[in-house]
Amino acid sequence: MGRIQLEKVTKSFGEVNVIPPLDLEINDGEFVVFVGPSGCGKSTLLRLIAGLEDVTSGKIEIDGTNATELAPAQRGLAMVFQSYALYPHMSVRKNIAFPMKMAKVPQDEQKRRIDAAAKALNLTDYLDRRPGQLSGGQRQRVAIGRAIVREPQAFLFDEPLSNLDAALRVGMRLEIMELHERLATTMIYVTHDQVEAMTMADKIVVLRAGHIEQVGSPLELYHNPRNEFVAGFIGSPKMNLLKGDTARQHGAATVGVRPEHIAVSTTEGLWQGKVNVAEHLGSDTFLHVNDHGLGSEPLTVRVDGELPVKHGDTIFMTPDTSKMHRFDDEGLRL
Amino acid sequence: MVVPYPVHSEPERPLMATQHSRAAARLMISPAVLLLLGWMLIPLCMTLYFSFLRYNLLMPGMEEFTGWMNYRFFLTDPAFMDALVNTLLLVGGVLLITTVGGTLLALLLDQPFWGQGIVRIMVIAPFFVMPTVSALVWKNMFMNPVNGLFGHLFQSLGLQPYDFLSQAPLASIIFIVSWQWLPFATLILLTAFQSLDQEQLEAAEMDGAPALARFWYIMLPHLARAITVVVLIQTIFLLSIFAEILVTTGGGPGTASTNLTYLIYMQSLLQFDVGMGSAGGVVAIILANIVAIFLMRMIGKNLDA
Repeated sequence: MGRIQLEKVTKSFGEVNVIPPLDLEINDGEFVVFVGPSGCGKSTLLRLIAGLEDVTSGKIEIDGTNATELAPAQRGLAMVFQSYALYPHMSVRKNIAFPMKMAKVPQDEQKRRIDAAAKALNLTDYLDRRPGQLSGGQRQRVAIGRAIVREPQAFLFDEPLSNLDAALRVGMRLEIMELHERLATTMIYVTHDQVEAMTMADKIVVLRAGHIEQVGSPLELYHNPRNEFVAGFIGSPKMNLLKGDTARQHGAATVGVRPEHIAVSTTEGLWQGKVNVAEHLGSDTFLHVNDHGLGSEPLTVRVDGELPVKHGDTIFMTPDTSKMHRFDDEGLRL
Repeated sequence: MVVPYPVHSEPERPLMATQHSRAAARLMISPAVLLLLGWMLIPLCMTLYFSFLRYNLLMPGMEEFTGWMNYRFFLTDPAFMDALVNTLLLVGGVLLITTVGGTLLALLLDQPFWGQGIVRIMVIAPFFVMPTVSALVWKNMFMNPVNGLFGHLFQSLGLQPYDFLSQAPLASIIFIVSWQWLPFATLILLTAFQSLDQEQLEAAEMDGAPALARFWYIMLPHLARAITVVVLIQTIFLLSIFAEILVTTGGGPGTASTNLTYLIYMQSLLQFDVGMGSAGGVVAIILANIVAIFLMRMIGKNLDA
């Protein structure tokens, strides 16, 4: 089924080497998320798998067959684009039917698949509308519908939720996860949003400048980040990275403490600091603490939403040393 | 239960001020409007008036009202039907060549290649050449059977030189006019190609559409509006082609390359018959409107968003 293997894949645009030799294995039925800061090559990697870009060297295998030289349409993959890329002059029905029309699927089979997809995606009432008459979330669903009817080996999503508003994004996130549960098809999902990565993925691939920094399940990355970059990238709010004396006390060049692993008290504690900004989310409050004497960067700590603290208050903080991450000079985990 | 929608009364507005400023605005644009109206209406009315007169410059001072006589003579003139057919062939032929050729040329120019900027400017160049000049260049330097390049080409292949302008006068003129208008169509269609979302093409590629299907199902529908604009604008100008005919064939041989504009010119200026020429002008206006209505019916819906 949808097993995808990359062997020593590289990609250069002229002189610029975007992806250095890269190996990756994606198992059948997995939900894999490529995550990383913008410009890290995650979209390029997806487009290489899709066949929209040619690899400079290396090999791409899909289901054990060499797909490196295959045209995009012959790889059996379906892609959902960031801009949805719906055909504006066709009705929703024709948009969804287009890949089947190209594959010369019989009419009654086309109709059956369109109806099934429309039902699954709540699009039945909109089949005769044009994409321009739909809302952002509906367009997104049409794009997914167009991908589903091809019954592909794997789905590729290129930052599909970045054009939606926050509430809709959470809803669509759930819908895509439900879709994955139901179809049990391999899905590769590109995002720069680590929350999406954490919530959706079976396996996260963290990329930086074309390199794979770490591959693993969300909690693996959260608990055992391989290096400083992954530690700082995964988790929200970001991990506090401390250098200098504090780190030396623990025998490392850098130590990382997550905001949720620092106990806060108004009376006593290991570190002392002044609250600069308090972000009240209701259930939690994130405090940005200055003047803590541990470095120039403000510390971020998470406290219970009930704790009454405000700008200018002095607080005491104690890190949970058992959950501290230690890194060496090169940023690698000790 | 239906909750009644609260209806608010319009808030009080400073009515006087807007009324005053509107009146002032009307007053101030009125000279321009009147000038434009006069510019259009006076010649139109005079043409209408002359078309009902027996008015020949060879018989000055003998003008008299003749009713529909001018129209009867103009419409029953055997040259009229020829001119009408020629006009439609000329417009249709040039439109066909320029839209199809322009689409293909724009598709070609949209591809990245070395020297793109210079090639694009060169392609647009024919549009800057005056119609009389380009027609004369084609007539004397290319199509002339003795001195023209085509004549030499035919001779070098051992063939009889072909006298384009007397053997196929209308086709030759269609070709010359197409050469002039192809850049215009190419330019407009090129900008339309450039506004096409590349992700749509990639999506179609992923959906298994080969190049031809991508062109037919994605690119052409995207171009529909631009093609409509090209067809409408060109039709306006092509209905009144004159200079190219005057300097190449003079409407001949016989009436083989006479269009309506040229027929009117012959009636009013070569035969000094102002009344008949005016009647022809009115007929031409009516025909142009019929063509416009047909065009808008056929392709006007493309202009809606």
